[in-house]
Amino acid sequence: MSNSTLTLPSLTVRTAAPAARPPAAPRPPRRWQWPLGAVLPLALLALWEILARAGTLPPNLLPAPSKVLATIAGLARTGELWHHLGLTLARVGAGFVLGSAAATALGALTGYAPLARRLLDPLLQGVRNIPSLAWVPLFILWMGIYETSKVVLIAVGVFFPVYLGLMSGVQGVDRKLVEVGRMYRLSGLALVRRVFLPATLPAYLVGLRNGLGLGWMFVVAAEIMGATKGLGFLLVDGQMTGRPQTILAAILLFAVLGRTTDAGLAWLSRRLLRWQDTHGANGNN
Amino acid sequence: MLRIEHVGKQFGPQVVALHDVSLQVAPGEIVALVGASGCGKSTLLRIAAGLETPGTGRVLIDGAPVAGPHPAVGFIFQEPRLLPWLTVCQNVEFGIAGLPAAERTERSAAALARVGLSDFAGTWPRQLSGGMAQRAAIARALVARPGLLLLDEPFSALDPFTKMDLQDHLLDIWADDRPTLVLVTHDLEEALVLADRVVVLRSRPGRVHQTFAVDLPRPRRRTAPDFQAQKQLLLEALGVAA
Repeated sequence: MSNSTLTLPSLTVRTAAPAARPPAAPRPPRRWQWPLGAVLPLALLALWEILARAGTLPPNLLPAPSKVLATIAGLARTGELWHHLGLTLARVGAGFVLGSAAATALGALTGYAPLARRLLDPLLQGVRNIPSLAWVPLFILWMGIYETSKVVLIAVGVFFPVYLGLMSGVQGVDRKLVEVGRMYRLSGLALVRRVFLPATLPAYLVGLRNGLGLGWMFVVAAEIMGATKGLGFLLVDGQMTGRPQTILAAILLFAVLGRTTDAGLAWLSRRLLRWQDTHGANGNN
Repeated sequence: MLRIEHVGKQFGPQVVALHDVSLQVAPGEIVALVGASGCGKSTLLRIAAGLETPGTGRVLIDGAPVAGPHPAVGFIFQEPRLLPWLTVCQNVEFGIAGLPAAERTERSAAALARVGLSDFAGTWPRQLSGGMAQRAAIARALVARPGLLLLDEPFSALDPFTKMDLQDHLLDIWADDRPTLVLVTHDLEEALVLADRVVVLRSRPGRVHQTFAVDLPRPRRRTAPDFQAQKQLLLEALGVAA
């Protein structure tokens, strides 16, 4: 230790070739991990099943998981299940497309143009603060009890998270990167396509995921309010006819559908945002 | 190549960033602009690049007045400013998107080879070190084959070793096809290693104070006595010599 102060010859660093090597291009396949998150739900399900069979849980309030699954299987056999599922998915899909399309147009406009922001944003923020379910009676009055009012309600729910995500995303685009675009004489649409769009993508995708989540919430509200088909109808039907297994079946199906569609968007996000240099970039969510 | 004629620039009613600055840079020349911070040297460079408009006066490139970024002008910023969603190779090709694909590939491969990053063409910017990222930025500027390259404190964020390495590298590149270089720096040694001419600016208002021709033979040794003597002169011109 004490004699190391004089070993200056190691300062010939500059002659050494840079020892950098490119990081291995294909990332090694992610190791399969025991899904730790599944342990607790499975244990609870098992406990529930045991307690239900032992008669500890009242079957008219909380039927066994096996009975819930049997209900789903029964619905699938008669074909009713696909009918309900299809209709609910179609409503969410239509509302999501409608709401996010409007949000994309307005969010891009208010994010990009300060004048549009000053003009439109206060109004939209005001509307956002109305609890969206408060629209239900008005929408039913205006558009009737059938599909239009449901889809519009879902679209309203989807709209705001997407709008906010995109607007703040566009506003947050790094001025320095925009300048790089300008230096290469990009303007107008080319600048939007090659700089703003990719730079905004992370915030936009988060907005879409939040919007989809709200879409699922609002489809339940819409279908509870008045529907003769759809998973939300199953909820009400189960309540009316005193069959908790039907309610639980619908809840389970909502969970599966919501999770699956969100996972789809999450997968898309990961694919589109591989370039991101963030804490979570190499993990999963 | 570059002519700056009586350029002035004011920010707000109080701040005169530049006052009546004139400067001529010959083709193939390397000019360094030095000065204390706030002397308007970066503003001058940005006006020359067409990123900002002059308040008074004008800038001519090859005899034509500048009205926005010019195709024959490359700009290297203080930060690499690579677009994080493009690979290194795609970043290099960013400025030549109008060319046919085959030529793009050929040019970007050549530019990456020139800065020693051939093996990193497919990596994301986040995987590069600071020095490598700045070399990629140099490649992005070179690939468009600019006749005039403007550099705004290009190496100031790098550690001393990387910095010296890139200074030598820049001179190698310059030796190949002799683009005109105008460099803003606050590092006097950097100015003296690179430049044929060092222009000292003074602040409030920003103006040209003095111009030094550097006639030291290349390659220049930072420790040589005449190099240090020049540095002393520059320090005096900046008014900070002891």
